[in-house]
Amino acid sequence: MSQATSLLEARGVSKSFGPNQVLRDVSFDVAAGEVHVLAGENGAGKSTLLKILTGDLAADAGTLRGGARVAMVHQELSLIGPLTVAENLFLAREPRTRLGTVDDARQRREARALLAELDLDLDVDEPVEELPLSTQQLVEIAKALATGSTVLLLDEPTSALPEPEALRLFERIDSLRRHGVGIVYVSHRMEEIYQVADRITVLRDGALVGTAPVAELPPAALVEWMIGRPPSHERRPSASPGDVVLRVDHLTVTSPRAAAGARVVVDDLSFAVRAGEIVGLAGLRGSGASDVLHALFGDRAGHTSGAVEVRGRRVELRDPRHALARRFVLLTSDRKQKGLVPYMGSIDNATLATLPRFSPRGVVHRGEEVKAAGGVFRQLNLRAPSLAAPVRLLSGGNQQKVVLARCLLSDPDVLLLDEPTRGVDIGAKEEIYELLGQLARKGLAILLITSELPELLRLSDRILVLHRGRLTAELERAAATQQRVLEAALGASA
Amino acid sequence: MSAALARARQVIASPVGRVLLALVLMLVIGVIFNADGAFLRWTTHRDMLRQVSVWGMLACGMTIVIVTGGIDLSVSSVLGAAAVAFSLLTIQEQWSPLVAIVLVIIGGAAVGAVSGVLVGRLKIQSFIVTLAAMVLLRGLAKYMSGGQKISTYIQETGQVVPLPPIFDRIDARVFGDTVPVVVIVFLACVVVTAFVLRKLRLGRYLYATGGNAEAARLSGVPVPRVLVLGYALSGLFAAVAGICQAAQEQQGDPETGMGYELQAIAMVVIGGTDLAGGRGGVALTLVGVLTIGYLQKILSINAVGEASRLMLTGAIIVCAVLLQRRK
Repeated sequence: MSQATSLLEARGVSKSFGPNQVLRDVSFDVAAGEVHVLAGENGAGKSTLLKILTGDLAADAGTLRGGARVAMVHQELSLIGPLTVAENLFLAREPRTRLGTVDDARQRREARALLAELDLDLDVDEPVEELPLSTQQLVEIAKALATGSTVLLLDEPTSALPEPEALRLFERIDSLRRHGVGIVYVSHRMEEIYQVADRITVLRDGALVGTAPVAELPPAALVEWMIGRPPSHERRPSASPGDVVLRVDHLTVTSPRAAAGARVVVDDLSFAVRAGEIVGLAGLRGSGASDVLHALFGDRAGHTSGAVEVRGRRVELRDPRHALARRFVLLTSDRKQKGLVPYMGSIDNATLATLPRFSPRGVVHRGEEVKAAGGVFRQLNLRAPSLAAPVRLLSGGNQQKVVLARCLLSDPDVLLLDEPTRGVDIGAKEEIYELLGQLARKGLAILLITSELPELLRLSDRILVLHRGRLTAELERAAATQQRVLEAALGASA
Repeated sequence: MSAALARARQVIASPVGRVLLALVLMLVIGVIFNADGAFLRWTTHRDMLRQVSVWGMLACGMTIVIVTGGIDLSVSSVLGAAAVAFSLLTIQEQWSPLVAIVLVIIGGAAVGAVSGVLVGRLKIQSFIVTLAAMVLLRGLAKYMSGGQKISTYIQETGQVVPLPPIFDRIDARVFGDTVPVVVIVFLACVVVTAFVLRKLRLGRYLYATGGNAEAARLSGVPVPRVLVLGYALSGLFAAVAGICQAAQEQQGDPETGMGYELQAIAMVVIGGTDLAGGRGGVALTLVGVLTIGYLQKILSINAVGEASRLMLTGAIIVCAVLLQRRK
């Protein structure tokens, strides 16, 4: 970019880890006041490039120019929860009084000034853990800017954010852009990329595919750059649904966390799912969609009322163990916190929910276990260097496949999927879509939550939209559009 | 040649390799400071093994609990209470030794299971639960014994009764007087622990609970029950250790075994089992037991005073852990 000042420029960067070359002759730059999106599938080399830009990793070859201070805003925030906003902003560089104690008054004053500059209206005395995630992210950004950084690296900043909070973040990014900050933005979400980007750079297999202004790279071309072939746009072929498998009547769930005056998070919800049907559950944060899945899985026991039937037989919503025995399976949205056991291998993780089958008398038959898991892994096209290696070493897409393998081994009647493609690259997403189609054809009843609307529309036979725990729309696939889903999710009754 | 070298480096870099390295270093030190050849005699090694066996039994149970992400501070007091109970039953009450052994072991497991219920079902931190159990059971040991050592001298009557033969049998040596029975008991504990952790469904559940309890629960793992069983096993091994301790001391001393829980933890940690849970194993603990055992032995045959011995032991625990830390 010649017209704007380049804050940071990498030229011909290469990097290998042992025999693996992860970056090959990549050039990349960020100008003041631009958002430069870095895109590519998992394993394309994005994270390595970011680490080289921050100086956390040294490149084997190539140059890094432009003395801008670079700060990384991590996916996992690096704020300290119990400390206040002001304390976090000035952590390890607190203003001191003459006695050497922390000058609290000055620290709070300066914190307020700093936040005001960024148009952030926050109580500097509030512990950051009490703030919504998006606000915490903004505090982290403020902290980075306060230390004199002019280039920010945002690595999937919205991956944990619900839609409205993501919108707030985009507003802030806009204002940062006006302040002349250079932003490198990594994301897997199509709409988001087109919402924020000025320029887009795509990496594939460690090599630069190209850099282009956003206007010159329409989504279809971007996907082609990323995966090396034109994307498929077809919707899942419509199934001919069979008998009702899952019937939910008057499901009401109260929040387990609200101690006083139990807050209702799902309010008198009734619906049915037929064999072979994928029903999408849509809703913004606080809609209760995720609570529906957890309640059906027995994970809100004591806070749930209503009746649930599978193939006409009543099911108690007691606990996950009971649900699994009734062939309900839940794939949780957060595979790190609630899905994987990080130090166990792929096989052990996959068989965790079905271990009694491989150990009828308490002793595990390793051979049978390996065979069963291996079969599902082949079906899912899992790519792992070793099935015994800790699963935390796998890429996001492959980790997700391990969690999916666990679901499939359970041979479910009802599959509850909460964000099955979160943090998964486009290639693996396609494979997961294909798999869900196959499962539906096999006659499973599938309930799906995804925060990506195109994915929801593509996969769902029917979409139930929730707003604050209430059903605001039920859309057949022919009638479902992004706009109608969003309207209903925002509370406009259909 | 270079391939062999690369292979050797690979072995040294693996977790097991790093742990073994500490042990090998310890042996080298022993050979250098061999105290006029004392280190080169089998009796020295035999005595070392006999001395670490009781700690090693505690370390087996400790490994299981640490794998679940917890800690069991109560093992030393379970040992003390078991030593007293076993001596009371066999010496004073003249019960059949077999019945006494079975009862004491069941008691140890039951006590552990109670801790497990508090940790698993009532969700109290294991450190607090087992700290309380440690204090309470030490009190129980003193209550049962009336504060006295339970020996063949009966205080009320002033008589001396004969020591039941089971004591000498446990404290004997087998295989032509070469291997102490307690060492066999210790190795049996290691084998049982390895079997539980590696082969049983329960073992897998123990690792899953320690690695990610929430993921385990959502996968249908009965986490509270797994914890109850884990702590029960720790209590069971501690009771076995208590019986062996009583046999070695030929009495039930209510004060016996104080501080052993820390020895056991040190052995597990030197073995490289992660205190955060979800990782490690009893093979590593075995190496940790031997490392500490040899350390103590080398210091004692070289007549190092107790003050220096304690300071050196502390320093070497840190060094051993640094040595096996991944880069």
